[in-house]
Amino acid sequence: MIDLKEIKEIVQETKKEALEEQDILIYTLHKILDKIENNYIPDEVAKIVSEELKIPLSKVYEVLTFYTMFSTKPRGKYIIRVCTSLPCHVVNGREIIQAIKEELKIDFGQTTNDGLFTLEESSCLGLCGVSPVIMINQDYFGDLTPEKVKEILRKIKGGEKI
Amino acid sequence: MPLTTNTILICAGGACISSGEESVKEALERKIKEYNLQDAIKIVETGCMGACSVGPLMVIYPEGVYYQKLTPKAAEKIVEEHLLKGRIVEDYLYKGDKGKIVPQPQKEIPFFSRQVKIATRNLGIIDPLNIEEYIAKDGYFALYKVLIEMSPEEVINIIKESGLRGRGGAGFPTGLKWEFARKSPGNEKYMICNADEGDPGAFMDRSILEGDPHTIIEAMTIAGYAIGASKGYVYVRAEYPIAIERLTEALKQAHEYGFLGENIFDSGFSFDIEIRIGAGAFVCGEETALINSIEGKRGQPRVKPPYPAQKGLWGKPTNINNVETLACVPPIIINGPQWFRQWGTEKSPGTKVFALAGKIKNTGLVEVPMGITLRELIYEIGGGSPTGKKIKAVQTGGPSGGVIPEEYFDTPVDFESLTQLGAIIGSGGMIVLDEDDCMVDVAKFFLEFTVEESCGKCTPCREGTKKMYEILEKITQGEGTEEDIVLLENLGNVIKDSSLCGLGQTAPNPVLSTLRYYKDEYLAHVRDKKCPAKKCRDLISYVIDSTKCVGCTACARVCPVSCISGEVKKPHEIDQDACIKCGSCFEVCRFGAISKVTPALD
Repeated sequence: MIDLKEIKEIVQETKKEALEEQDILIYTLHKILDKIENNYIPDEVAKIVSEELKIPLSKVYEVLTFYTMFSTKPRGKYIIRVCTSLPCHVVNGREIIQAIKEELKIDFGQTTNDGLFTLEESSCLGLCGVSPVIMINQDYFGDLTPEKVKEILRKIKGGEKI
Repeated sequence: MPLTTNTILICAGGACISSGEESVKEALERKIKEYNLQDAIKIVETGCMGACSVGPLMVIYPEGVYYQKLTPKAAEKIVEEHLLKGRIVEDYLYKGDKGKIVPQPQKEIPFFSRQVKIATRNLGIIDPLNIEEYIAKDGYFALYKVLIEMSPEEVINIIKESGLRGRGGAGFPTGLKWEFARKSPGNEKYMICNADEGDPGAFMDRSILEGDPHTIIEAMTIAGYAIGASKGYVYVRAEYPIAIERLTEALKQAHEYGFLGENIFDSGFSFDIEIRIGAGAFVCGEETALINSIEGKRGQPRVKPPYPAQKGLWGKPTNINNVETLACVPPIIINGPQWFRQWGTEKSPGTKVFALAGKIKNTGLVEVPMGITLRELIYEIGGGSPTGKKIKAVQTGGPSGGVIPEEYFDTPVDFESLTQLGAIIGSGGMIVLDEDDCMVDVAKFFLEFTVEESCGKCTPCREGTKKMYEILEKITQGEGTEEDIVLLENLGNVIKDSSLCGLGQTAPNPVLSTLRYYKDEYLAHVRDKKCPAKKCRDLISYVIDSTKCVGCTACARVCPVSCISGEVKKPHEIDQDACIKCGSCFEVCRFGAISKVTPALD
C-alpha cells in the first residue's frame, strides 16, 4: 500500500529545495519513485503532486509520459536498465541482453510474473570503459558476460543484497 | 596524530565500483585492522583514475606502486606482503607490452605519461568528498581571486583570451557566451551546468562530477559572478547516481565553508546552486530542451533565436556550460590565458578529455592536448587493438558524429579538422571499430538510437529518422536496392536542413559519414547480398569445416535449436534451414572449425 500521507510529506519537503516555482516537479517525482515499491506513479499520487505543487494534472502527466524513467504503470521491484549503445553493442552487448531475457523469460518493457524485475533499454550509462554494462536500480554492473549477468540475477532472486 | 606511513589511493569511479571496488576496499580495511595498521595506513577513495580496463585499481604511496585488476583476495595479499613486509606483489602490477611488469605505469606508459591534465587534474588524486583536499590543490583560490581582485569584465576577458571553447560538442567560445549573458539586459540571470551527458561512449563529465565535484561548484560560482547571476543549476542525468550523491555532499560542504551562499568571502556577491535531475531523455542535453526540463516541462527544444543568453530559463538571460568546460575555468583564472594556450592549436587551445571505448586495449579516460593525431591517441595512448585485429575506423561524436577511417588517422584532433572529415569532436567519445564491425550496422545502430530519442516535435526528425532506420534495416537484411542508398542520402540532407535542434540536425551524420567512406560496404549489402564484416545476420551462414572438425560435439550440445548433427569423433554438419544464426557454436568451437561465410547459403 502506498502511504499517501508520506507522499504528501515528501512533496512538502522537496518544495523547500525549490529555487524557483515549478523547478522541482521532476525532482519531486524522483523522490516519490524512490519510495514506491513498484517503481511507478499511480493516479492518486500524481493528483497529490499536482495539488501540492499547484501544477495542472495534465502537466504532471505530460512529464510522466515523456521521460523514460517514469512510469504510470506498476513495474518490478528491480529495474534492469541495459545499455544498448554502441560501445556496449560492439563488445557483445547483444549476448548480455539475450542472457537476461533467457534467465527472466521477459522482453524489454515487461515485468516478471513475481513482480521482481522489469527489463528496460537504456541509452549510454557512461561506463564504456567496462562495457557491456547494466544498471539495476541504482547500482552499476560492468565487464559482464552472459554467465556473470545470470549469476547476478540469481543472487537477487535468492534474496541476496546487491 | 600518528604518522601515516602509507597512503592508498583507491579508484572509486563508477567503472571501478561496478567491477567490485567496494569489496576490495572492505578487504583492505579488514586486513589492515587485523594487523593493527589502521593508524599508519590511510585509505582514500578517489575519483576516476582513467584506466577503466584494468580496474578496480589502486596506487600505494609513498612508492607510487600501481596495482590493478584487484579482488578482495588480492587486497589481502597486498596488505600482508607490500604493506607489512615491503615486498611488491607482482601478480597485480600493471603489465605493459609483452607482459612486461611496470610498477609505476604513471611515469612509463604513454597512456598515463602523455596526458596533460587540466579538467581532470584532481581525478584519482583527491578524495572528492573532502573539501580540504580540494583546497589543498588550490581549490577555491580562483574564486577568491575573482571575487576580491577582479571585475566581471576582467574575468570574461581572461576566458576569452584563453580561447576556451565549449567541450560539450559545439565548440562555441566560452568567453563570448559569458559576454552575451553579461550584456543581456535583465536583473535576474541564471547559470546552468549541463551535466546531461548522453552521447554514447562519452563519460568524462560523469568522471569529473564523481571525482572532483568542487571544481564544478567553484567554476559555476565564477561564471555566475561574471555574467551577473545569483542562482545556478546543475542538470545531471538520473543515470549517474554516484555523481549526484557526491555533488550533493560537495554542495553541502561548500555552504559550510562559506564558498556558496550569502556574501561569499565578504565580497558582497551571493550565489546558490541546486541540482536538478533528468529522467532518461537524451534530448535534454540540448540546451533549450534542458531549460524546459528544469522548468518542469517535457524536454522539447525551443526555437533559437532567441538564444538562452537572451531568453533562457523562465525567459531570463541564462548561460549554459558543459561540465568539462567549467572544469577548465579555475586553472585558467589562476595560471592565466597564455598558460592554457601553451597546449593545443591556435583555434582549439588547451586540452580535451577523450573517452576511449570499443575495440581498443586501454579503454578509459585520457586528457591530451588538442591537435594530437588520431593515430597517437588510438595507437600510442590507447594501445591499439586488444585482439590484434585490424582497426578499421573510429567513431567520434556519438549519434551526432561520424566515422573516420584508418587512412585519416594522421589528422590532428581539433574542432575544425574533424568537421572537415564529416565527423565532430562532440563531447569526446571515441569508439574504436575493427574489421568485425559492419558500417551499415553501426549507422543503423545510431539511427535506432535517434528514433528512440527524438522528442517528436519536428516531423523531419520524428518521421525521417524512422524512415532512414527502416531503409537501413532493409539493407542489413539483404533486401535493399541501390535506389535506397540514394534515398538515404537525400533524406539525410533534408532532416539536417529542416530540424529545429541539434539532435535532428545531426541525426543523419552517422549514415552520411559511413556512406561517404564506406559506400562499397553498402553496395556489397544491396548488390551482392554480402556483409563484408560478416556481422549482419541475414547475410551470413555458419559452416563447419569438415577437415578441422574433430567431432567433439560441443557445438551440437550448445545449439539452442538442435540443428547440428553428426556422430561423435566424426565431422558435424549444420542444417542451414533450421539454423537461427545465434553464433553459439562459433563461440564454443575450440578447433576453429566453424566459420562465417557471406553471402548466406541458401
